[in-house]
Parts: sequence; structure tokens; C-alpha cells
Amino acid sequence: MTAVQDIINQPNETAVKNAVLEIKHLDKAFGGNVVLNDFNLVVNKDENVVVLGRSGSGKSVLIKCIIGLLKPDSGSISVLGEDVLAMGHDELDHIRMRIGFLFQSNALYDSMTVRENLEFPMRRHIKHMNAEEVNERVNEMLENVGLAHTIDMMPSELSGGMQKRIALARTLILKPEIILYDEPTSGLDPITGREISSLMVELQEKYHTSSIIISHDMNCVKAVADKVVALIDGKAYATGTYEELKRSTDERIKHFFE
Amino acid sequence: MKGKELKSEAFLNETGAISRFTGWFFHEFLRPRFELREFLRQCFLVGYKSLPLIGLTGFIMGLVLTMQLRPTLVAYGVEARLPDMVSLSIIREIGPVITALIFAGKIGSSIGAELGSMRVTEQIDAMEVSGTNPYKYLVVTRVLATTLMLPILTILSDAIGLYGGFLGINIRGVMSLDLYINEVLNTVVFSDVVPATIKTFFFGFAVGIIGCYKGYNSKKGTEGVGRSANSAVVLSSLLIFIIDLVVVQITDLLGLN
Repeated sequence: MTAVQDIINQPNETAVKNAVLEIKHLDKAFGGNVVLNDFNLVVNKDENVVVLGRSGSGKSVLIKCIIGLLKPDSGSISVLGEDVLAMGHDELDHIRMRIGFLFQSNALYDSMTVRENLEFPMRRHIKHMNAEEVNERVNEMLENVGLAHTIDMMPSELSGGMQKRIALARTLILKPEIILYDEPTSGLDPITGREISSLMVELQEKYHTSSIIISHDMNCVKAVADKVVALIDGKAYATGTYEELKRSTDERIKHFFE
Repeated sequence: MKGKELKSEAFLNETGAISRFTGWFFHEFLRPRFELREFLRQCFLVGYKSLPLIGLTGFIMGLVLTMQLRPTLVAYGVEARLPDMVSLSIIREIGPVITALIFAGKIGSSIGAELGSMRVTEQIDAMEVSGTNPYKYLVVTRVLATTLMLPILTILSDAIGLYGGFLGINIRGVMSLDLYINEVLNTVVFSDVVPATIKTFFFGFAVGIIGCYKGYNSKKGTEGVGRSANSAVVLSSLLIFIIDLVVVQITDLLGLN
């Protein structure tokens, strides 16, 4: 057994006490294709956890199970102390307000302007805010991502990197406690990818969010990860810091760093 | 033999899925919250934006129908009955069906493509994770808009078609507008208008629910979006004819024909 695998088997007591998200024995299969097989993960407050894995290894399936877009076959998912799998539709909608999700494809509503994209979740969930406060929050988030001037533009008028920033601003608009990033730098050039990674760290420090980041971009992983989990064969095959995993002698872990 | 069984199974699965999707509509339609703003926006897009196309189609329909009927009626010496025949044909059958088919082509395909594109670009998932019920926001509003707007568009199309008929009569003959209107009003009775109008609600519902079903369940990327738009038009057009057949049978049984 490698040193990094030891870390999984001996969970830190203090860390579990601060956990904002706990996944236990999660299984998910599509027909005969087993994607997650007894997957376990703990995310602590203010922690950025990167889930590293090859394409098709089940990384996106994992975060879709967390947010309730997919139902796992068995196991448990506890988010902010609440069992997500036992929730009804209304309760799930409520917990989703406390979780942000950045899609790989950005998923900006293309029939709405940037302003309307950002206002959309607010208008539906925050009833006590007046128009001026909504406007202030939208401007604050756009300034965070350095794109205040795009407020009245349509998503189709923006570059890929700008769309990613707007999607990040929309993810943050309800000030979530946990953010799930699905391949945040995929499809971007290395410079824009680095900018997005820095922005993620900057915003995490500003709003004290905890994150799960799905990625196989090692520059992004290095920049943002407090903890890295290698998802192999549907399991959390190895867990540790970026440096610990980089030093691993396990061939399957070494492949990620080559 | 096995191919036939597979096709039958696929047909039954599809029918079951559409039925569940329709049941889901009634479940969500009756539950708050009501997406009034989006519903009104859809009414504008579905109704007002379709007006020029529906109006032009209605006008041509009335004009051509009159011009095609005239020689036959002249041959039998009953040319004076031309306004009666045109008005009954337009109001009872041609107006609702042609308007619904044009509506299915324009709106059914656009709903199928729009929702399909939203599905494959994860916009529907984004809506769901932001705590918004995408079915209620996207499907219920669109289906209600098509159900309410098609009857209004049909009434307008019928009126424009009748005016087209008036112009058609005056191309080869002479008839005043007053006399034409009088002839139409003397011919068309309550039992002609009511079933014809009621069936357009069903046509509108069919166009909306099929367009939404195809788009909402779109798969396989951009190819799937095209397929959703296409099958939305084909299936809703077919349903329009089936609904028409059923309504005609019912009105016949009730002695309204």
C-alpha cells in the first residue's frame, strides 16, 4: 500500500468535524458500466479539493450526483450536514442555493444578456432584495471577474475565456458555501486557463468557499488544490497534496504528472 | 419479424414517454410558482411574432379556395353560393387545420430546436442546479402559450381568409363587402364556430407538448437538436390530423355537422 493511500484509510478527526461535504461508499453504474465504485470523499471548510481522473473516469458523474442531477445507486452524500439523497424536490432546490456549479460548457442562457444571466438565480431566490441591491450584486460579481463592461452583451458576443468568467460570476451570485467546478479550464488556451485558476483561488479566499474541482489540467490542479484525489476504477485511489501525489511511485498516479 | 417487434416496442415506449411528459405538465401546471413573466414573453413570441406568416397564409388560402371553387359552382349555376361555401370551408376545416400546420412548422420546430440546444449545452441542467424548476419555466409556459395563442391566431387567420375570399369573388365578378359579410353571417352558425375553435386548443396543446418533449429529451449533440426540431414538426402535424379526425367524429355523433 502506498503512502498516499494510507491518507485515505486514516481520516483526520479534526478534518471530519469541519467537513462541509462527505461522500460515503458511493456507487453508480450505467447498465454494466460501473463508473463509481465505493467512492469516499471528505471536503472541509475553505478547502479546495481537486478530483483528478482520465476522461470518462466518472468525475463529472460524481459532481452531478452531489448536486442531484444524477441519482447514485447506493451510498450517501451529506452536504452542509444534510443528506442530499433523502431530500425531496423542494429541499433539494433549497440546498442548491448554497452550492454553486460551474459547467464545463459554461451553460450561459444564450437568450439572455449577461445581466439577465446573473439576475436569473437572484430574482428567483432572494425576494427581499430590491432592484438597486440586485444591480449592486450583479456589478460586484462582474467586477470580481473583471468584466463589468459586458453587462449588456449577449453570451454569443463573448470569447470562451470571457464566457467562463461570466459563468463563474453567475456561480457566485448567490454567494454559495460550496462550489463544484466541472473542468474549469478545459477548452481554454494556457494563459486564459492560468487566469481562470488564479481567479478561482482569489474568489475562494474572498468568499471563503469550499470547492470540488474536476480537472485533468495539471497547471490548474497545481494552482488551486489544497488536496488532490485521484479517481481511478471508480474509487478514490489516492489522496494527498499535489506534491505528495507528484512524488508517488505508483505508476497510475505518475501518469498524471508526466 | 424481430425488427417489427423492436419498432413496436420503440413506438410503445415513445407513446408512454409522451404520456408521462403530458402528465407531468398537468402536475406542474397546477402547482405554484407560476411563471407569469415567462408565459407572457412566450405568448408574445408564439402569438404576435407568428401573426404575419399566419395572416399571409390565411389570405392566400381564402383567395385560392374561392378561385378554385368558382368554375365548379358556375358549371352548376350556383355561383351565388360561393360566399357560403368559402366561409364554411374556412371556418370549419381549412382555417383551423392549415393554421395549425403552419404553426407546427414555425413554432413546433423552434421550440424543439431551442430546448434541444439548451439541453445539449447544459443550460437546462444549469437552471435546475440554480434551484429553478426547468420543466415549469420552459415547458409549462410554452405549452400554455401555444394552447392559448393558436385559437386566437386561427380566428384572425379565418377573418383574413374570408377577406381573401371576398377579393377572390371580385376578381371575376362583382359583390359588395356588405353583401358578402351578410351572406357569410347567414351561413355560418354557432355549431360551425364552436367545435372548430375548441379543436384549435387541442392543436395548440399538441404542438407545444410535442415540441417541448422532443427538445427537452434531446440527445447526441447538434445532430440531436436537428432531429428534435424535425420530429417535433412531423409528430405534431400528424397529431393535428388525428385530433381533427376525432373531433369530426365527435361532432358528427353529436349531430353538429
